[in-house]
Amino acid sequence: MTNFPWLTVIGVIPLIGAAVVAGLPAGLTDRAKHVALGFSLVTLVFGIAAALQFENTSDQQFQLTEQHEWIPQFGVSYALGVDGIALVMILMALLLTPVCILAAWRDVPEGGKREKNYFALMLVLVTFMVGVFAATDVFLFYVFFEAMLIPVYFLIGSYGGPRRQYAAVKFLLFSLAGGLVMLVGVIALYRYGPGGADGFLVAKLTGLDLGATPERLMFVAFFFAFAVKAPMWPVHTWLPDAATEARPATAVLLVGVLDKVGTYGMIRFCLQLFPEASKWATPVVLVLAVISILYGALLAIGQTDIMRLIAYTSVSHFGFIVLGIFALTTTGGAGSALYMLNHGFSTAALFLIGAMLVARRGSKRIPDFGGWQRVTPGLAGVFLVAGLSGLALPGLSSFISEIMVLVGTFQRYPAAAVIATAGIVLAALYILLMYKRMMTGPKPELTTPVRDITRREKLVVAPLIAAFLVLGFYPKPALDMLNPAVSKTLHYVGVTDPAPTSAADGSTK
Amino acid sequence: MPAMTVLSAPALATAFKPADVDYSAIAPMLIVIAGALIGVLVEAFAPRRHRHVIQVSLALVSLVAAFVVLVTVSADEAHRGGTLAQAVIIDGPALFLQGAILLMAALGVLTMAEKFGGQGADAFTPMGAAVPGSPHEAAALRAGLATSEVFPLTLFSVVGMLLFPAAGDLLTMFVALEVLSLPLYLLCGLARRRRLLSQEASLKYFLLGAFSSAFFLFGAALLYGYAGSLYLADIATAVRAANGALEGLLLPGVVLVLVGLLFKVGAVPFHSWTPDVYQGAPTPVTGFMAACTKVAAFGAILRVVYVGVEANRWDWRGGVIAVAALTMVVGAVLSVTQTDVKRLLAYSSIAHAGFILVAVLAFDRTGVSGTMFYLVAYGFTTIAGFAVVSLVRQGGSEASHLSQWAGLGRNHPVVAGVFAFLLLAFAGIPLTSGFAAKYAAFAPAISFGGRSGVALVIIGVLCSVITAFVYVRLIVLMYFTEPPAGEVVVAETASPFTTVAITIGTLVTLVLGILPAQVLDLAERSSQFLVK
Repeated sequence: MTNFPWLTVIGVIPLIGAAVVAGLPAGLTDRAKHVALGFSLVTLVFGIAAALQFENTSDQQFQLTEQHEWIPQFGVSYALGVDGIALVMILMALLLTPVCILAAWRDVPEGGKREKNYFALMLVLVTFMVGVFAATDVFLFYVFFEAMLIPVYFLIGSYGGPRRQYAAVKFLLFSLAGGLVMLVGVIALYRYGPGGADGFLVAKLTGLDLGATPERLMFVAFFFAFAVKAPMWPVHTWLPDAATEARPATAVLLVGVLDKVGTYGMIRFCLQLFPEASKWATPVVLVLAVISILYGALLAIGQTDIMRLIAYTSVSHFGFIVLGIFALTTTGGAGSALYMLNHGFSTAALFLIGAMLVARRGSKRIPDFGGWQRVTPGLAGVFLVAGLSGLALPGLSSFISEIMVLVGTFQRYPAAAVIATAGIVLAALYILLMYKRMMTGPKPELTTPVRDITRREKLVVAPLIAAFLVLGFYPKPALDMLNPAVSKTLHYVGVTDPAPTSAADGSTK
Repeated sequence: MPAMTVLSAPALATAFKPADVDYSAIAPMLIVIAGALIGVLVEAFAPRRHRHVIQVSLALVSLVAAFVVLVTVSADEAHRGGTLAQAVIIDGPALFLQGAILLMAALGVLTMAEKFGGQGADAFTPMGAAVPGSPHEAAALRAGLATSEVFPLTLFSVVGMLLFPAAGDLLTMFVALEVLSLPLYLLCGLARRRRLLSQEASLKYFLLGAFSSAFFLFGAALLYGYAGSLYLADIATAVRAANGALEGLLLPGVVLVLVGLLFKVGAVPFHSWTPDVYQGAPTPVTGFMAACTKVAAFGAILRVVYVGVEANRWDWRGGVIAVAALTMVVGAVLSVTQTDVKRLLAYSSIAHAGFILVAVLAFDRTGVSGTMFYLVAYGFTTIAGFAVVSLVRQGGSEASHLSQWAGLGRNHPVVAGVFAFLLLAFAGIPLTSGFAAKYAAFAPAISFGGRSGVALVIIGVLCSVITAFVYVRLIVLMYFTEPPAGEVVVAETASPFTTVAITIGTLVTLVLGILPAQVLDLAERSSQFLVK
């Protein structure tokens, strides 16, 4: 089975699913979601099977590799492969997809063609998500990176809230602007590379001697695109709009998975391809990351819209992730990679449970709630758990990654780590204040009775909370996958940890 | 006069040698000329009710036959090189662009043939000579007249386009320019609806086109004064020799020739005709013109620039760089404010001309192949795009105002879907031909264009974002906006002709986006200019 094209298969199954869903005959239209769920589960099974083929101890950077000539004139190959970070990201995406489809069960109540298209678009998105993390060819990565925007654009613009057009266009323009600036860098990179029919392979572009100025310019071009995507202050403004106007399931895929492409890109491309420039840019990036942490958290406290609040918490969390990446220590890097995973689950839980509450109350405004733990105790409970995971309570998954990021940053940049710690305090504020305003207080007078958490919603929430607990108490399997990838990347950058703290020590605590 | 004839006759008899003609090399052009001439005869002798069918089939057969001959006979290595006393040079770029022009023209003819159940081609007035709104016009309509002469006119125009990128000297190039332009001026004025707008477009195009031809001719005269020859090869030799004599003629000559050519591609500041003509002309003609004229004119620019005056490019390059930058910026920025879909596509075509100029300015073989690939990708997308525009109607006439496109995706998902895809291709989103083309155009500029190349590419990507905003807004309008109240906007059910044209255009856009390797390879192999 070593030559089995695992990654292609994982990418193609959802695409077939999308075609099947979109092509369902009129009589079977109401089955669209079932078919979509089925395909997403099959994809997940294949994803897990692929993960079992993965060897943590391999000395190759990429495993499960495939390579075919695609556009030899441009030096582009269809080359796939994963390291630990990419594989973990793909698994997270594959796990979140069925959860999101289940959560989106009644998103398009009018049914018919619109519903079919909705689920088909979601499955198309999965293909691109797998592709973007699995691409080991810079050009191929770019193709997925840009093409991914289109299904998201339609998911937001066609199915979102009242200001969906504005949000969709803003999202697309920010991303395109970032992507096209990166395109200049991509073209230039090939020119400096060895060229030839496979000159865009990451392996061929690693360790080039680019010269200081070109390397820095290319780094800036790539970093700009990833900063928009991640999103970092000051190019984050599209995220709150997109997150609040999109359907919750779309918001989860957008914030939970797609935005990770930004931080993933920083690790894979910025650090690996432009090591000297990364070191050169570190002070600025760290400052931006710290600003993102504090700014996102402060703005989250001030929000009255639940979805916008969650979006701003993500800005803050992405600040932590970037901080850990650019600390350039193994602990920080592994912490960031783990954070990317944990953040996916905790944001998903917050968005989806938040949306369940919004659907019951008919409003996204926090002041419209109050006393809801008496109305829907079950939902209030899981919302609290999700919130606590978001604020990194020990025992829940985010805690470990946040501590690792801070410890890893402290080793090299104590000042940044100390300031960033304030983000933890602010996180407690925004989560607990939101919980207090929404859940505590006297029982509200509701005109129509409201059901507590339903069976389908339990199915949505259960895997997410399970993920918090497993990753919170026993993150070793994930870290074992991530650590070799992080150390390889740092090896390319050519840095060693300043303190004798090894990654293994940091991770098992 | 007779005395002169007597005097010069003996001298001619010794000096005159008939030029060698490689008929195989120029066979495609001859076939199209023959088709056009037969079309004129058909117009004169065939009964009126059969003319449409005969003309359409004749035009299609000549174009396809010319393409087949081009691929099977003319493309043979044995026929490469100059012929007709070096007036025509058949080399890689010429063949590639001629093939592209023939295919696109065939698609253009298909869209022009659309009848929508009427008697003649739907886009064209029954009688071009009748005053708009006059009883004369109404009578022509009642009598069932139709301007089936548009098809021979198109073929004549195609002849000029085929010759334009293959011209070996500036005079032949000028003749080609006129042959391609004159029928287009006429075609632009023949719209069935909004005829005054159409006639205004025609007049504007003619006047400005005449000016630009004059510029070209004047520039050619100056270059003749400089080099003592109109052959591009001789001009190139003279520029390289640069013996200091008459140096003052060179730069003005180059600039004026380039002005004439840049006018045809709609580069800023010679673009002012583009929006008016694109809007006023019958929509299928707009599509044909936007695609094929651009291919032919860029072919001519490539030949003049790469074969003729490449050696002193450092003198005039700065100006063209400025033109390219301006073209991208003005085209992109002004497209934002447009409210008419045809004008919008016109400004976007200006911006695209700027992107192509970026590739031209790379001065490398990859620049040539990048330009040619871009032209093919853009041409097919454009023809399909304008064909879709011609389908969307309100109350029998084209609904070209943007507000009329609101909510089209609800009622006509297929038409709106195809148009949205084409718009994404214009925007250069990956997995469409637009992206591969943009890469093919920008990569040589970065690799070989030096600092100015990189600067142009950066301007180019920023303008791409602006144009993307424009296209995306149109998609928003089609999909996410409620349809306006009042008369319903419908997408007419197209005849097989238009359907085939749109399908082919869209498929090419898709295939060149996903698997561009074949065409890129062909463009690369065809990118070597021959001097003789």
